[in-house]
Amino acid sequence: MSELLIKNACVIDPLNGINGDVMDIAIRDGRIVEDVGSSAEVIDADRCLTLPGGIDSHTHVCGTKVNFGRYMSPEDMRAGRTSRNGSMHVTSGYSVPTTFGNSYRYSTMGYTTLLEGAMAPLEARHTHEEFTATPHQDMMANTLFDGNWSIMEAVREKDVKRAAAVVAWILSAVKGFAIKLTNPGGTEAWGWGEDVSSIHDTVPYFEVTPAEIIETMIRANELLRLPHSVHLHCNNLGVPGNYRTTLDTMNLVPDLNSRRQSLYLTHLQFHSYGGTTWRDIDSRSEEIIRVVNASPHIVIDMGQIMFGRTTTMTADGPMEFKLYMLHHNKWSNHDVELETGSGIIPVYYSKKSVVNCVMWAIGLELALQAKNPWQCLLTTDNPNGAPFVKYPEIIALLMSKRYRDQECALLDPRTEKRVPLMAIDRELDWNEIAIMTRAGQSRALGIESLGKGHLAPGAEADVAIYPIRTTEIDPSAQFQQVMAGFSRTMYTIKRGRVVARNGEVIVEGANSTIWVKPRVSHEYDLGNDPEFAKKFQQYYTVRMRNYPVQETYLPRGVCIETEADL
Amino acid sequence: MKIEDVVCTFCGCLCDDLVVEVEGDMVVNVENGCTLANKKFMGNNRLKTPIKRDGGNWKKVGLDEAIQTAAGILLDADRPLLYGWSGTHGEAQTIGVHMAELLGAVIDNTSTVCHGPSIMAIQEVGHPGCTLGQVKNRADVIVYWGANPIEAHPRHMSRYTTYADGFFLKEAFRERKVIVVDIRKTETANIADEFIMVEPGADYALLSALRAIVRGKGDVLPRTVAGVEKEQLIRVADICMSAKFGAMFFGLGLTMSRGKYKNIRNAIELTEELNRHTKFTISPMRGHWNVYGSNEVFTWITGYPFAVDFARGIAFYNPGETTSVDILKRGECDACLVVGSDPGAHFPGDCCRHLADIPTIQIDPHVNATTHLSRLQIPVAVTGIDAEGTAYRMDGVPIRTRKVIDTTYPSDSEVLDKIYQIIRKETGP
Repeated sequence: MSELLIKNACVIDPLNGINGDVMDIAIRDGRIVEDVGSSAEVIDADRCLTLPGGIDSHTHVCGTKVNFGRYMSPEDMRAGRTSRNGSMHVTSGYSVPTTFGNSYRYSTMGYTTLLEGAMAPLEARHTHEEFTATPHQDMMANTLFDGNWSIMEAVREKDVKRAAAVVAWILSAVKGFAIKLTNPGGTEAWGWGEDVSSIHDTVPYFEVTPAEIIETMIRANELLRLPHSVHLHCNNLGVPGNYRTTLDTMNLVPDLNSRRQSLYLTHLQFHSYGGTTWRDIDSRSEEIIRVVNASPHIVIDMGQIMFGRTTTMTADGPMEFKLYMLHHNKWSNHDVELETGSGIIPVYYSKKSVVNCVMWAIGLELALQAKNPWQCLLTTDNPNGAPFVKYPEIIALLMSKRYRDQECALLDPRTEKRVPLMAIDRELDWNEIAIMTRAGQSRALGIESLGKGHLAPGAEADVAIYPIRTTEIDPSAQFQQVMAGFSRTMYTIKRGRVVARNGEVIVEGANSTIWVKPRVSHEYDLGNDPEFAKKFQQYYTVRMRNYPVQETYLPRGVCIETEADL
Repeated sequence: MKIEDVVCTFCGCLCDDLVVEVEGDMVVNVENGCTLANKKFMGNNRLKTPIKRDGGNWKKVGLDEAIQTAAGILLDADRPLLYGWSGTHGEAQTIGVHMAELLGAVIDNTSTVCHGPSIMAIQEVGHPGCTLGQVKNRADVIVYWGANPIEAHPRHMSRYTTYADGFFLKEAFRERKVIVVDIRKTETANIADEFIMVEPGADYALLSALRAIVRGKGDVLPRTVAGVEKEQLIRVADICMSAKFGAMFFGLGLTMSRGKYKNIRNAIELTEELNRHTKFTISPMRGHWNVYGSNEVFTWITGYPFAVDFARGIAFYNPGETTSVDILKRGECDACLVVGSDPGAHFPGDCCRHLADIPTIQIDPHVNATTHLSRLQIPVAVTGIDAEGTAYRMDGVPIRTRKVIDTTYPSDSEVLDKIYQIIRKETGP
């Protein structure tokens, strides 16, 4: 039995309605409890800000394309390197750090749980191998279904149950967590070098539309009673005028779940552009957020960009090729048979580019205009908008109008006419930031019941203590302190154990991988389905029996079993 | 007993449809395999116990003694080199990288004498590729450049390209056009629709000529380029541009001939140009069954796919400096651990001489050329036969290899972990 007592913690725990109370937190064997014995180890939080461990609900840190981002970028590897130090392995990389680099940097920022944004089922084993080497965070994998042939056939047949059965088999086989759709239909079209440009275009050969795929998958998701909703990367990412596609998409969403949203729209900054070309691009955050504010069954994340160098990587292969045509740097692409695609290019977001300035403003505007912080979560779509180490800067920008004004003064002067940001006075408070960085994620991902994202007795003892006294600083003026405070915890506690202290990771990690296994009736178990098996016999290059990820790849797997309506 | 869906651990094709028949601890029959696979599964000239040099002779030693000796050699060394890794599973590669980190060693894999230049080109311009099933189901144009799959990757064409049935091709063999570029008429060239015989060392010029045509600048070309008629080049460029889906595969004929990584860069840029007209991908024909896995594992732990030097504490990468051949040629390393490869058969003479001069340890199931340069050899189980583990196919698809028989040999991971634990104890936390 191990016991830990955190004394004098200034706790913000939005899921339990605690907002700045100074209290003690008792921990026994990795869980929060009512109290502990007198022999418990004691940490004095000294009235500093104490939050549930951070949760990133959309980040690219592990798997085939992330590793290819490293592989093709020795210049990025050189841009951030540390040597072996105590329990810490060597790390390399700035925008795409090595797995240990990601894990240590997230941990020292107080993050204890991550959702990998995109995993191709065929290459899932790779993602899980890297999860094991990201030892300080519990991991989950969004599983890509955007161009899945079996799914598109079910959509064509208007057979939601069949689609759900495909999801059930694949999620269980690859130990995935949720349904991810990246440019649905577009990744299959990219198999022929094409793309779709609206949600009503038809996908070559399969004769289904993105709208039909999205609607079917939202319903299939609820049939399977998955913890998370469908996680959507809309069509037309990064295209001027794409806000119309995003509005059309949001209008499709039925409200099917009382506990959480029915659709999670990721990195919405990249999907809120007006104009017709790069010359006249402008912000349409107001139109977008108006719909979000009126749609409690939708949750978004920001996908904020920050100025500087980074690497873009996504399953959206056609988008990356278009981006390459603009940047002419280097371009990688990796289509995955029968399933999806992917692409990678390095980028530099510059304050001298009015396009980049507009993008930067839009992300902030989404967060500042969203009435309900539970509906707009803080992300950079790491590393697409910026590496996650920029989160503290984003928090500071959201909390300080003065800081925003200071930054806006450095932008391309044409920006002001194209974005509403300069007219927005709102400054977010500590509670709202806590919602946008952990509590909101926990609810949106449906992992509240696993004890994630809150600190009530029974919760997982994942705790972050920041060197910030909320009663003593004015974030509006002292934004530098806010930034410094969120960059480095005093203590990061993972499952009841102090894993990082003052910016240094002090122990070897032992994370879990959370995955979902929907239970379906025999009739819907595609393991017995000849048509489904035929895909493997004839078209995949891996045999059906060699496709599933063995449990040996999840040394501490946590399986959520659901009872599907199938 | 017949075991189905067995993964062949010979070449980068990583075929996973073999049917292997076993009796006791022997494989007695292999179905679906190529001749290389059959030889791999059915061969039986494995070293029985660890052997250590004793003056001019070899003496048999126990596993524990062998492990102690290996750890001692590595701990004594100032600049150890850990080389090979493409013939073992990912779990062993992981231990190897962590071992290198503790020792401040250089760790390098066989890419260094293989597709290392391809990796360097990718680091300059990226890599538009795909999984092999994408080619199988869609490609109507296949290009093999400096590669001879019929002999080196015997099932590549039947499983993934020319002869493979694909979803969007009803009669794959008739519908697909095959272009082969090589310096001689190989077995693969014999079945090509277009065979381009390029002058040795002139691939770069040929690629540049094709790029010019694709860009609409064919007028600047002379009558022949690299020994090839302009008419043929125009014909080939037309085939590529009118493909619905084209897939180029290149081998060491392009990677290791004059121009090296610049050739690959040019080939990748040709592929990129073709993407402005249609869909085109390019992929290296990786040799060893898990060489790509060693690149992947090295990358997620260190940031670099090969030639990683930990001497400075951080991971440092500079091909030409931190690559095995260069380190050996300079006589720089003072001990070497070889795992799952045979540098004795592939490295230049000077490098082999240095390997013989320093304490070289080999972990390998078989006696090979490197045995003769080594002071110690530890035989291990063969991954895919009597050990299991993760492998990455040439296109990056990870597959778990199966264990089909039980033997008393330890796996690579087991042996390496024992050495690692000793080193860890000696070097502190």
